[in-house]
Amino acid sequence: MKTKWVLLAILSTIVNVLSGCESLAVLDPKGPQAQTQANVIWLSIAIMAVIVIVVCAILVFVLTKYRDSKLPKEYEPPYIEGNHVVETIIVGVPILIVIFFSVVSVISNNKVEATPEGYKGQDPLIIYASSSDWKWHFSYPENDIETVNYLYIPTNRPLEFKLYSFGPITSFWIPQLGGQKYAMSNMVTTLHLAADESGEMMGRNANFSGKGFAENTFHVEAMSQDKFDEWVKEVKETAKPITEVRFKELLKPGHEGQLTFTGTHLDFSSAPEGENAGHHHGSSDSNANSKGEHMEHDQEKSAHNHE
Amino acid sequence: MGFFSRFLIPNPSPVIYSSMVAIGVTVLLIIVGLTHFKKWFFLWSGWLTTVDHKRIGIMYLISALLMLFRGGVDAVMMRAQLAVPDNKLLDSQHYNEIFSTHGVVMILFMAMPYIMALMNFVVPLQIGARDVAFPRLNAISFWLFFMGAMLFNISFVIGGSPDAGWTSYFPLAGNEFSPHVGTNYYMIGIQIAGIGTLMTGINFLTTILKMRAPGMTLMKMPMFTWSALVTSIIIIFAFPVLTVALIMGTMDRLFATKFFTMTEGGMDMLWANLFWVWGHPEVYILILPAFGLFSEIIPTFSRRNLYGYRSMVASMVFISIYSFFVWTHHFFTMGQAAYVNSIFSITTMVIAIPTGIKIFNWLFTMWKGRIRFTVPMLYSIGFIPLFTIGGVTGVMLAMSAADYQYHNTMFLVAHFHNVIIPGVVFAVLGAGTYYWPKMFGFMLNERIGKWAFWFLTIGFCLAFFPMYITGLDGQARRIYTYSESTGFGPLNMISFIGATLMAISFVLIVYTIYYSIRHAPRDVSDDPWDARSLEWATHNPVPEYNFAIIPQVNSRETFWDAKYKGHELFKGDYEKIHMPNNSGVPFIMSCIFFVFGFALVFSIWFLAIIGLIGIFVCMAHRSFEIDHGHYISVEEIKETEAKFGGVNKWK
Amino acid sequence: MEIDHSQPLEYSTEQNRLNILGFWIFLGAEIMLFATLFASYFTLVDRTGNGPTGAEIFEITPVLAETFLLLTSSFVIGLGIHAMRLGNKKAMLTFFVITLLLGLGFLGFEITEFITYYHEGATLQTSAFTSMLFTTLGTHGAHVTLGLFWGFFIILQVKKRGLTPETANKSFIFSLYWHFLDIVWIFIFTFIYMKGMT
Repeated sequence: MKTKWVLLAILSTIVNVLSGCESLAVLDPKGPQAQTQANVIWLSIAIMAVIVIVVCAILVFVLTKYRDSKLPKEYEPPYIEGNHVVETIIVGVPILIVIFFSVVSVISNNKVEATPEGYKGQDPLIIYASSSDWKWHFSYPENDIETVNYLYIPTNRPLEFKLYSFGPITSFWIPQLGGQKYAMSNMVTTLHLAADESGEMMGRNANFSGKGFAENTFHVEAMSQDKFDEWVKEVKETAKPITEVRFKELLKPGHEGQLTFTGTHLDFSSAPEGENAGHHHGSSDSNANSKGEHMEHDQEKSAHNHE
Repeated sequence: MGFFSRFLIPNPSPVIYSSMVAIGVTVLLIIVGLTHFKKWFFLWSGWLTTVDHKRIGIMYLISALLMLFRGGVDAVMMRAQLAVPDNKLLDSQHYNEIFSTHGVVMILFMAMPYIMALMNFVVPLQIGARDVAFPRLNAISFWLFFMGAMLFNISFVIGGSPDAGWTSYFPLAGNEFSPHVGTNYYMIGIQIAGIGTLMTGINFLTTILKMRAPGMTLMKMPMFTWSALVTSIIIIFAFPVLTVALIMGTMDRLFATKFFTMTEGGMDMLWANLFWVWGHPEVYILILPAFGLFSEIIPTFSRRNLYGYRSMVASMVFISIYSFFVWTHHFFTMGQAAYVNSIFSITTMVIAIPTGIKIFNWLFTMWKGRIRFTVPMLYSIGFIPLFTIGGVTGVMLAMSAADYQYHNTMFLVAHFHNVIIPGVVFAVLGAGTYYWPKMFGFMLNERIGKWAFWFLTIGFCLAFFPMYITGLDGQARRIYTYSESTGFGPLNMISFIGATLMAISFVLIVYTIYYSIRHAPRDVSDDPWDARSLEWATHNPVPEYNFAIIPQVNSRETFWDAKYKGHELFKGDYEKIHMPNNSGVPFIMSCIFFVFGFALVFSIWFLAIIGLIGIFVCMAHRSFEIDHGHYISVEEIKETEAKFGGVNKWK
Repeated sequence: MEIDHSQPLEYSTEQNRLNILGFWIFLGAEIMLFATLFASYFTLVDRTGNGPTGAEIFEITPVLAETFLLLTSSFVIGLGIHAMRLGNKKAMLTFFVITLLLGLGFLGFEITEFITYYHEGATLQTSAFTSMLFTTLGTHGAHVTLGLFWGFFIILQVKKRGLTPETANKSFIFSLYWHFLDIVWIFIFTFIYMKGMT
């Protein structure tokens, strides 16, 4: 009786959990990469659940059948060395599962490491996403604009994020678009994403980076190419250009709201890629900037300003 | 003032001040107590200077329980902070310190010594030896571990705790982003303890290879001894990597070298690689002995031999080798080429195969057995389904594409707790209960023990299963707070309730010990569980020399054969027994290590140099010392054995 | 202590055999230690920042001298152990003293080498490469220094106590250690200096 209740409780929990899963960020993909990952996750959950159930079933069977209190007094367990057939099965089946998963893993891994399927051949929008304590700077070299702590992206266009950091290792993550990747100080990493549908999403740094880590999030909004172009146009009309002085100020530890600039910091502080990788980081300070005198006032904007 | 201000806590809080007071009062009470009851001599000659593997094992056990308390308090505080959205219980700095120390304390200063405790106590008994190969070195190992742990632990009252996570990734852990001394404590405390661990590895490998009782071939060794052998080998290959990584980290912090810096060619990724080249084998250093312990407990309480002995050994050896080829899976997201991720994804999944074999072997050991539900067995039974869940989520994490989504989230946190708690913690708690009569000559109360088990198991499920879900919902690990709009609140509250249950379980475990000390009968036989391996062939508690006569081994379950199949275990008469002498040098040298480490943490160079000289003087002293040990005479053996009722012939 | 006379003196007791096996295992750990240092060195060798490269600072003469001294010392300590096996205490001590003197010479050259680098602007703090170079060489050098003290203590003990199972055991283990340092140096010579100069 007791076990029945327990089983019932477990069953209802599982049903509840599974029905709630659809709304979990990772399992509610808005782009092809996250879709691939969600598929892999669902597939592995299913197969793994079978394994867990098999193990639990054997365990329950053994425990009920061979418990001391249930056995006749004179029962003496036999000496069993092992059995080749059984051992072949317990080695063979896991090997088959692992082979299957290896294939799945390699295929899906190559998928998420390349331009998303269905987007091949399109010219990707390259966005440099760099982190500093505890902000994200998004530079759009193609559009020559830069934002801080918010990211607007066009839908139905492949996105290529170039990630690096002005401080500790951080990890760029938009769960609904796809998995994360590290941003580091002396190397640029690339993350391929794309958004299928427009909407607002959460993005954050997922890798612990000190005091302000918990609030190190950014707002993501996917919109149609037209709307995106409109936004770019508006930024160019209203925002102030970013200067080296202003940018250096931004790099200081702390939190900032959402900021918008024209121009990108890449013009005066190049990303650690190509010939800039891993070398001479400290020496670039000496190139004193000439634009220092005209300090800019940034266009502060709230999250819903544009929608 | 400038000199002393470095010892102040950079981020003080009432909790820390009250901890300071509590520590002060406790130390004072201990000193007064020892003086009042005139126990100083007893403490010094019986424990601080001992080289007896059993006493060293018990000291490891006590330290591990203390550290379990410390790490557990950290854990409960974390869960309390996250129980509701926008909680103000802890601030960010505080929370960061707590999860950093929780990780280090639980892995290195709780799980490791707990395993070491059981290895020390059980392995020489299981192979029929009188001590380990290098008893003095064994004492040094323990005291170095202990001093390293203490050095790490005083950080939160002197100078401030490390706050860069237990992985201490650079450049976050570098001077620029972690200016206070916390990370120095991390580097140096772990280094000192790590040297001790390395010595243990060397010691046990030599012991197991050379000191087995006559007749015990490698393939007749008990499974726990096998696991200790394999673990020792992993320690010997893995810990030097940590040593180097920590030296480099220490130098970056103290001497401004450029290993992991952001400038002058420093490479933060090198730290991550070195850390995990050690860190992943470290996981197996913990889990393999745990497997060994389950392999002792399950046959005993199933009244059957261990199923598939050969495949158990083979899978362990396989795991030990493979554990060195999977480290990259800790940072699939570091931007390496896709094929690198693919390779490490596959190697990682392959480890699931030998682990799966072991799970099934345990199940088949119980099959056709006669299962008794004692406390050790409950932990072993609870281990199987829970660890399987932990294992299969591990396979899920091994798939690199999906790992991009799991990485750095609560899903990962849930996974590794799901392997370490049912795997390691259940093993050491179960084995602690199992070997308790061997250590102290009385049994732990079963009824309270079962309550503790259920609180722990249910608490565990409540605490960690919700994390799988919040992780998939985008809750990153190590965040000290979250807003209500995230919707993480209710599940985190369940986690907190689970953590509370686990805390209650810890209280119950302590209470069992207290209760049993007071009330348990002292006349347990030498073999209270009807066990199968050699350690039960001697008395409870074990006399100084372990075995009055060295046992003769004929099979994997010699003791069982002796009891039920007429195998003659002890042949011949008493002979005088050679035993090593006690020594105060390991303790003193480790104290000097402590001072040396403390001086390095705060860059007090003159003290560091004095400390270093002191360490070398101790080593020189050892070099010149003549110590032939001592003999226990036949009369003395007879007297001791008579007290236990004579050598038990087990017929 | 039972002494087994069919074995060489250093292997003659149970504890001696344990010590030797234990030390071999310790050397296994040491191999891992140096392997990690080498792996890190290869990772950082080109990351010179604003500092000099290996080719810019390495000089062949002192390195050859160091190599010659250490290799010879390793050979001489082999002679020492041979003398010990023959029971010739005096010859053994002489060879051990020569070994240590050669080791001291090695250390002298290494220290001058470091000072030269320092004056050329390659310090411990200059770049990832120099940090790694000094750490790798320094770890080996520290091992040699420790060995000098250890060997000296052993000489004193053999002189005072004669060739007993204990002193023979210690001497033999010390010789293993010394050979090991020699082997590490061969790797340093090949993969740091030779490779770095080309």
